Amino acid sequence: MAKMKGAIVVDLEKCKGCEVCRVACPNDVIAMTNEVNHKGYHYAYQEHQDACVGCANCAVVCPDGVITVYKVKLSD
Amino acid sequence: MDIKDIIKPENLVYQKTSLMTDKPLSYCPGCGHGTAHRILMEVIEEMGIQSETIGVAPVGCSVLAYDFMNVDMVGASHGRAPAVATGIKRCWPEKFVYTYQGDGDLAAIGTAETIHAANRGENITIIFINNGIYGMTGGQMAPTTLPGMKTSTSPYGRDLKSMGNPLKMTELLAQLPGTCYVTRQSVHSPRNVRRAKKAIRAAFESQKENKGLSLVEIVSNCNSGWKMEPVASNEWMVDNMFPFYPLGDIKVDGKLVNNQ
Repeated sequence: MAKMKGAIVVDLEKCKGCEVCRVACPNDVIAMTNEVNHKGYHYAYQEHQDACVGCANCAVVCPDGVITVYKVKLSD
Repeated sequence: MDIKDIIKPENLVYQKTSLMTDKPLSYCPGCGHGTAHRILMEVIEEMGIQSETIGVAPVGCSVLAYDFMNVDMVGASHGRAPAVATGIKRCWPEKFVYTYQGDGDLAAIGTAETIHAANRGENITIIFINNGIYGMTGGQMAPTTLPGMKTSTSPYGRDLKSMGNPLKMTELLAQLPGTCYVTRQSVHSPRNVRRAKKAIRAAFESQKENKGLSLVEIVSNCNSGWKMEPVASNEWMVDNMFPFYPLGDIKVDGKLVNNQ
């Protein structure tokens, strides 16, 4: 089976740090930063870069729609 | 492979729909309103009916929906969205008309408008967000508040003897012959979001075929009103709201399902 590799891009200033994406991720890719954005929220970021498979679950549940998902099929 | 090699336009699999404006949502962190807004706009984008859709948003947290949804919107008085939508749809039967209402709006102040619009079989779609509380005004008790649930106006929990029973509006409206498609969904997990999106699509498709009123109830959280963190409020919703408001289709193609 071809392996998928994904990446997410979070709109840092619009993220409200609700952590719904962190719970929805099947591979525990997402974590919250220690820094805060201009609104004062700890925003989400992709902590484990290799574990993401680009399933887009995080983006689907994100209430603010701040997550963009990219995916490639690895040829091995 | 480096992450920068993945983040390219040709590898894009999901991004926010262009029918949502770039304005930051005014909702609390973790609120289901944002997700409900987005899947509604995704359905309109997929059906290609942006220029033929008119939304009606009455009073509630979603009163500013016209700032976020990039379709034509009308503001209505509290609870009166089905009446306004009736007028728009009767003047313009070929347009798609939907209302976006909360539970304090649809189940309390707008009960008469909602029930009569459904009873007349107006060919509109109602998106009903049920979080069991008046979220915008500070977490007061709504008709849909669960028995024993604490709110700012029922600080010792909802007492059924003095405050009455919770109102299951969706089951009530499903009994009326004017409704075509009635369902209850939620948006707290990826699976439920995808199901809710399918339900909204089905509601708009039934409006396209002039079958009658379609209602999609979305059981949502109100973490600020419930005084919880977003993830904890979603878990509380699964444990407490879903047994009382079970998810699933209640009426499909004008026929009740599961003998409800």
